[in-house]
Amino acid sequence: MSSHHESILREPLVTGENITYSKVTEDILVPVENKPNKAWWIGFIVSALGAGLWVFSVSWTFWFGIGEWGLNKTVGWAWDITGFVWWVGIGHAGTLISAVLLLFRQNWRNSINRSAEAMTIFAVICAATYIISHMGRPWLFTWALPLPNQFGSLWVNFNSPLVWDVFAISTYFSVSLVFWYTGLLPDIATIRDRAVGTRRRVYSILSFGWNGSVKTWQRFELVSLILAGVSTPLVLSVHTIVSMDFATSLVPGWHTTIFPPYFVAGAIFSGFAMVQTLLLITRKVMNFENYITMFHIESMNKIIILTGSIVGVAYLTELFIAWYSGVEYEQYAFLNRVSGPYWWAYWIMMTCNVISPQLFWFKKIRTSIALSWILSIVVNIGMWFERFVIIVTSLHRDYLPSSWVMFYPSWVDVGVFIGSIGVFFTLFLLFLRVLPAIAMAEVKLLLKSSSDQAKRKLIAEKAVDSGEAEYYLESLEKYDSISPKVAEYQKV
Amino acid sequence: MSNIKYILGHFEDPDDLMHGIDKLQENSVSIYDVYTPMPIHGIEDKLGIKRSRLGKVAFGFGLTGTITAISMITYMLVIDWPMNIGGKPHFAFPDFIPIMFELTVLFAAFGMVGTYFFVNHMAPGRAPRVMDLRASNDRFVIAIDARTNTSHDQIDNILKEAGAVEIKHNERKYVSYE
Repeated sequence: MSSHHESILREPLVTGENITYSKVTEDILVPVENKPNKAWWIGFIVSALGAGLWVFSVSWTFWFGIGEWGLNKTVGWAWDITGFVWWVGIGHAGTLISAVLLLFRQNWRNSINRSAEAMTIFAVICAATYIISHMGRPWLFTWALPLPNQFGSLWVNFNSPLVWDVFAISTYFSVSLVFWYTGLLPDIATIRDRAVGTRRRVYSILSFGWNGSVKTWQRFELVSLILAGVSTPLVLSVHTIVSMDFATSLVPGWHTTIFPPYFVAGAIFSGFAMVQTLLLITRKVMNFENYITMFHIESMNKIIILTGSIVGVAYLTELFIAWYSGVEYEQYAFLNRVSGPYWWAYWIMMTCNVISPQLFWFKKIRTSIALSWILSIVVNIGMWFERFVIIVTSLHRDYLPSSWVMFYPSWVDVGVFIGSIGVFFTLFLLFLRVLPAIAMAEVKLLLKSSSDQAKRKLIAEKAVDSGEAEYYLESLEKYDSISPKVAEYQKV
Repeated sequence: MSNIKYILGHFEDPDDLMHGIDKLQENSVSIYDVYTPMPIHGIEDKLGIKRSRLGKVAFGFGLTGTITAISMITYMLVIDWPMNIGGKPHFAFPDFIPIMFELTVLFAAFGMVGTYFFVNHMAPGRAPRVMDLRASNDRFVIAIDARTNTSHDQIDNILKEAGAVEIKHNERKYVSYE
């Protein structure tokens, strides 16, 4: 029942005074029900310009072919697949937050899952556009699907991880979309019931006729749980299969059994960093400080340090196994990574992904908003370089020294990459304007058990151990931005 | 005979709502439905609502997906156009597992959500059948059919005692129709 109280030692998930159910609605719908502010417009215009650059660069690629990219006969995959894997990886945090944390009953996911899932969908859109544009003749993308055709039918080769990837990414995208949209229905209904005129009609269509009856909610909860249950192995399978695009090849540096777990950890790592990048700004600009609290930020930083360390172990394991295998090609591939012409890319990756996230062991850094934001950007950069290192440094020196080359991106490569970031932010900013960025119904669930207000009430009623109450208030004052008025409660 | 169709009891707190349900049931007032802005845990047992069977639906659809995948791949790669790939067996089962898995998830998710929309009569553009507009915001609403429960004053009193902040006698079932 909703009146169950949780331990006072747990940090509150909703802060602020006089938070009622209607205040939750009001607070979260401010950006949706009002005209956007200046910050939004500036962000939107910059992002839309980026999206414009993307349209231009991709059209250029379609028109002139992928010869316009910096690829050459040795390096046949470079920024395209780097960008693809980077975006897919970023997408994974959304599913992790919405599905895995739901299965583990981590209530702190309730206020960040919505925007993280939106981020997943937009990131996968960016990734998919890379897939289409790297095909060279994108209008033939149907050849990747098992459709009857004029050649026999000549079917796709189901033994190939590239075909698995087509299935994995499209399943992942569509299931994430369904999960996200189903979760949105009650919140869209809230907007609908508050709106008038055309807005009301639009949100009415979008709400699918949601009415919040007992049976609707009961089924809704089961649907969410089962979707979480199927999405969890799905998200693991997606990046596993992405890594198999490399791992099942025979290229030294790619042909590694460690790839699936290493890629999945890296994906969660980069995804959480991107969630952090987005939410730290969103909570400030949209005044969501009461819902996305320091506890949320710190929890995400803890996941970043955990997954960052897993990635670090994976890097070292790769090096060790390369040496231990005794295969000279493998040994050379890794020696070349660390100290070859692309040494700087390798060490940027090492620094950004393994060394700098270790700073999060310090609680002071973990709970500093500015540092968290900077480090999240650093992680994003590092993870981009990880994919670049894996792809380009493994390819650029192949078996034939006469074909050893370096890769130089053309302006089209840069345009597509920067443009894809523009597309991502354009979609995200539009999302913030038209849909609630925090799952209102799920936050309302926390109000009576996990809010600061509910815990204060317990303290005031002397329902909890005074030592524990003191610990609770102290930790709030020490690490959170809110003022808990310890003195006021010391009397109690 | 009055024209009142439904009596709505508004609560501000889910615990009060639960209390209200108890009180109404003690007085053998039948509850038509309860509308809330968030899921209330434990309310299904109180109202005697059965466990949802959507889990079984999801399993069924998932299994369909698995079978679809394996039959499709076997037909294409083993029966219709077997290809010699390094002399390896045509029926390379381990290679089929990833797509079998993906289609299982795809079918389970879409089948279950489709069924969910179907059984709840939800569809894009469907006119919302809402009895009170605040039920999606901050009010927990018990709806009582006024035709079958005739002692309206008694119901009002029960609701009030249980902590209802507002009681409405509606002559229309759904306020959302314009």
